Amino acid sequence: MQSSLSYIALKTIWIKECTRFLRIWVQTLVPPAITMTLYFVIFGSIVGARIGEMGGRPYMEFIVPGLIMMAVITNSYSNVASSFFSAKFQRNIEEMLVAPVSPTVIIGGYVGGGLARALLVAVIVTVVSFLFVEQVSIHNVFVLIITVVMTSTLFSLGGLINAVYAKSFDDISIVPTFVLTPLTYLGGVFFSIQLLPGVWQTIAQANPILYMVNAFRFGFLGVSDVNIGVALAVLIGFNIVLFITAYTLLKRGVGIRS
Amino acid sequence: MKALSIRGLTKTYKGGHVALKGIDLDVEAGDFFALLGPNGAGKSTTIGIISSLVNKTSGTVSVFGFDLDTQLTDLKRQIGLVPQEFNFNQFETVQQIVVNQAGYYGVPRDVAKQRAEKYLKQLSLWDKRNSPARNLSGGMKRRLMIARALLHEPRLLILDEPTAGVDIELRRSMWDYLEAINRQGITIILTTHYLEEAESLCRNVAIIDQGTIIENTSIKRLLATLSRETFILDLEPTTDASVAAGIQLEGFQWRVIDDHSIEIDVEKSQGLNRVFEQLSAQQIKVLSMRNKANRLEELFVDLVEKGRQPAAVVGV
Repeated sequence: MQSSLSYIALKTIWIKECTRFLRIWVQTLVPPAITMTLYFVIFGSIVGARIGEMGGRPYMEFIVPGLIMMAVITNSYSNVASSFFSAKFQRNIEEMLVAPVSPTVIIGGYVGGGLARALLVAVIVTVVSFLFVEQVSIHNVFVLIITVVMTSTLFSLGGLINAVYAKSFDDISIVPTFVLTPLTYLGGVFFSIQLLPGVWQTIAQANPILYMVNAFRFGFLGVSDVNIGVALAVLIGFNIVLFITAYTLLKRGVGIRS
Repeated sequence: MKALSIRGLTKTYKGGHVALKGIDLDVEAGDFFALLGPNGAGKSTTIGIISSLVNKTSGTVSVFGFDLDTQLTDLKRQIGLVPQEFNFNQFETVQQIVVNQAGYYGVPRDVAKQRAEKYLKQLSLWDKRNSPARNLSGGMKRRLMIARALLHEPRLLILDEPTAGVDIELRRSMWDYLEAINRQGITIILTTHYLEEAESLCRNVAIIDQGTIIENTSIKRLLATLSRETFILDLEPTTDASVAAGIQLEGFQWRVIDDHSIEIDVEKSQGLNRVFEQLSAQQIKVLSMRNKANRLEELFVDLVEKGRQPAAVVGV
């Protein structure tokens, strides 16, 4: 009985979330397509032509997985952060709080929404990349899928936690601007960390996004700056920590109950 | 059976504001119950705790025997909440809002759609089912909140000022609807600032002030405690310019409002017959009569003022 209730509630939140981002597709699906097209044109075609190869692959091919991952990270985070904060701001989060919906179901529904948007954006960016790359090969489909799903889940959880604490719309743009963007740019999207001097290579390994980008690149191209086992362990570890954090916050009603 | 049972409920907000000081409250199943009180008295906090939007500090709450602390899921299933402020997503359509709400309670989507049709039709919102909520009028939004709260078919409906800002015609149609669903067996707890609403709809009442229940009784008994009422009498015009000014009424305090209306205070022990006897003797015809203020309103103000008076000093 309880599992049936939870399943219906989960499906309801997920459908609501998907309906939301599809309703505003001009704001949610078009921008990543345009931004990534610009990245492919500028960094891939114009600058990349002068760079030649990186990691044993043409530069354009090298940046495709990183750019897809960049879009996945940004979209999963912002989807959940903005949707959950809007629900808090407009107080329609109360619709769920008065109902017998557990914190796990709320997390599942919102993360599911973030995951759906991120995967859709990933497909869009991949299709865009076909315009610039002659051949897109897949080296390890398992690593590819597990990495994109776990990364999207991780940043959806991050967006949820951010929204729980946020008191204004400014608060949900601080983390993407000052944390996610720098870490993504320094996380090996556009370069191999082997190009960095020794000490900077060590520092770069403290950046969790490096592991996600490289695991995903391994799934596509079979090349990586980090050990794939370590990368997947990092992803699993961060997912567990963020899930427990999000669960505890919702259970205690932080930011949503007086 | 008790629909709601509250014992020793307290709430202290962060910052030290004590909103509830250990209230006890019972509402019988099937009742239409008014929870009244001035702004900031603790009504919304009480409702917030019952519907688990506010964390209590101490005390117990049970709804149809389900305990808030140990049987929260079952307790939530019993309650439908109509909050004071519009809290639905303004960009969703009317149907999406109600169907989603049912989904949160585990109602399958096909069943939810059937119920949505039923309740939206009953509340005259079916034609607006595909309109985004932001396009609805204030009255429609109020009705949407009621439809949303009913979709999972709760046994206890809590309405926090459901008719605030609603015109009188719509308010009366909402009263009729609420009375009808109460007759069908749904227990209703109503908070309102319109005391005539509580007087005409509710059977029992609790008055809360400064976090304490200062009265908890039936509306009938409460009204019976009213010792004096003030009436306004409209008199038939005569050839005299001012019929009101020439009146003689012994044993009553009364005032002239205008040439053809007077205001008169009547003690319960006096009765109205004496007024009419004296007016008839003076060949004055009463066209209509009404209470100057709502009776419950007079009692409410009286009770709240009494509760706030400092304790009398005993001894010298």
